[in-house]
Amino acid sequence: MPAQSIWTLLSWGPEGWSDDIAYGALVTIALALATLPIGLTIGFFVAWAKQSEEPSLRVAANIYTTVFRGLPELVTLFLFFFGMPILLQYVIRLFKPEATIDVDSFIAGMIVLSLIFSSYASEVFLSAFRAIPKGQYEGGYAIGLSKWLTMRKIILPQLLRIAFPGLENCWLSLLKDTALVSVVNLAETLRNAGVAARVTKHAFLFYSVAALVFLVLAILSSIATGFILRSLGRRQPR
Amino acid sequence: MSVSEAISVERPPPRARGWPRARIVGYALVGLWILFSIGILAYLIYAWNGEFFARYAPAYLQGLWTTLSLVAISMVVGAIFSLPVTYGRMSRNRFLSGLAYCYVYFFRGTPLLVQVYLVYYGLGSFRPQLESVGLWWFFREAFNCGVFAFALNTAAYQAEILRGAIESVPRGQWEGAASLGLHKLQTLRKVILPQAFIVALRPYGNELVLMIKASAIVAIITVYDLMGNAKLAYAKSFDFQAYVWVAIVYLVMVEILRHGVEWIERRITIHLHR
Repeated sequence: MPAQSIWTLLSWGPEGWSDDIAYGALVTIALALATLPIGLTIGFFVAWAKQSEEPSLRVAANIYTTVFRGLPELVTLFLFFFGMPILLQYVIRLFKPEATIDVDSFIAGMIVLSLIFSSYASEVFLSAFRAIPKGQYEGGYAIGLSKWLTMRKIILPQLLRIAFPGLENCWLSLLKDTALVSVVNLAETLRNAGVAARVTKHAFLFYSVAALVFLVLAILSSIATGFILRSLGRRQPR
Repeated sequence: MSVSEAISVERPPPRARGWPRARIVGYALVGLWILFSIGILAYLIYAWNGEFFARYAPAYLQGLWTTLSLVAISMVVGAIFSLPVTYGRMSRNRFLSGLAYCYVYFFRGTPLLVQVYLVYYGLGSFRPQLESVGLWWFFREAFNCGVFAFALNTAAYQAEILRGAIESVPRGQWEGAASLGLHKLQTLRKVILPQAFIVALRPYGNELVLMIKASAIVAIITVYDLMGNAKLAYAKSFDFQAYVWVAIVYLVMVEILRHGVEWIERRITIHLHR
């Protein structure tokens, strides 16, 4: 193989690898964005359960966070990636023998990242819940709103505002955790950079590019969250 | 208003009896967890394989030891290395603080897996240069590369923890010590750090837990830590219990650590509780 210059390697097109890594970056963003709403929803409900008056709800929610915050992300990923097909196959064979199941690594990654993200987000939501005075609930009930409506119309808007900085941290670690899904062969940033590194033998170059992609994503997210925070602050009643 | 009336008015509302919706959902969820753990237990009993256990249990123990030593070494090295970074972060010198900021931003902003790859595969491609400076023996071993990447990574996090803790001590403490004639280093050692460590203990504990969890990724660069041995056992036997066992070990380890840190925190803040 003729020695190629770094600029050829980094060019866009069949000779270079930029297009592959850019495609990987898109997959990374898609995975993180697909995880976000699921994780936020689960995290919110887990936090709600954690501050409930009902002890059994609290226990169930606490087990959830203990398990998914205690397990290494990689172990959770492997458990799902290798375990889910076995389980699904077992269930499906009850109805339809001869069926085989293959779990898509994007879906597996999405499920695992949602579980991890939601258990961290639930802690953020929980401390936000504690920052909201009881009078807000009582006020809601006093004007005749139901429990659910009070939560949605009165508590949730304040909750999101308080929880926002904490959730930003969760989002940043979610972005970083997506790199783990490369281990189960999802063609995201790190995976594509790794392929490029193996083919061209320029490992340092391509892993640096991958690191740069993640850095840029982090910087972009902080710009975006700063923007959102400012607009939240403007709407804050004085 | 009579006394009895006043008491009856102030009494809190009676606790919900019967089966409100929250309780039904709560019991159902706890039931699900119980079912789930029974399922795991049943699976482990059903899949029990004396041969598997005899063959891989010693490997798991060996792996546990590798994991623990990896985390311990990188935590300590990281702690030492975090001191200059903290100094840089808190320094008034623009250049120093900018440099430390970039360091911290890089290691906190990129995935640990990328950093590990950069060290293991990336530095590996500089083999001739490393050989000429006589460092190749170090970077040849995957374990050392893991320790190197982890120590750099945790140094960034620990520097932030330390900085936060030092800055949480009020300015008056510095001024008071200065007025007593202590110089800066003495103030730091005798006045500031003892107070800062109480604040820093919990984040340090969290960092330790995070490191133990993160250490699983060195399995990918062929270090036979706990996770690495589980991967090996799965690859050889195709027996899924390899991962179930490793999950249990990690979970137990993390829980012990978490409760240990909480216990220490209760002990050292005893003078703050009334």
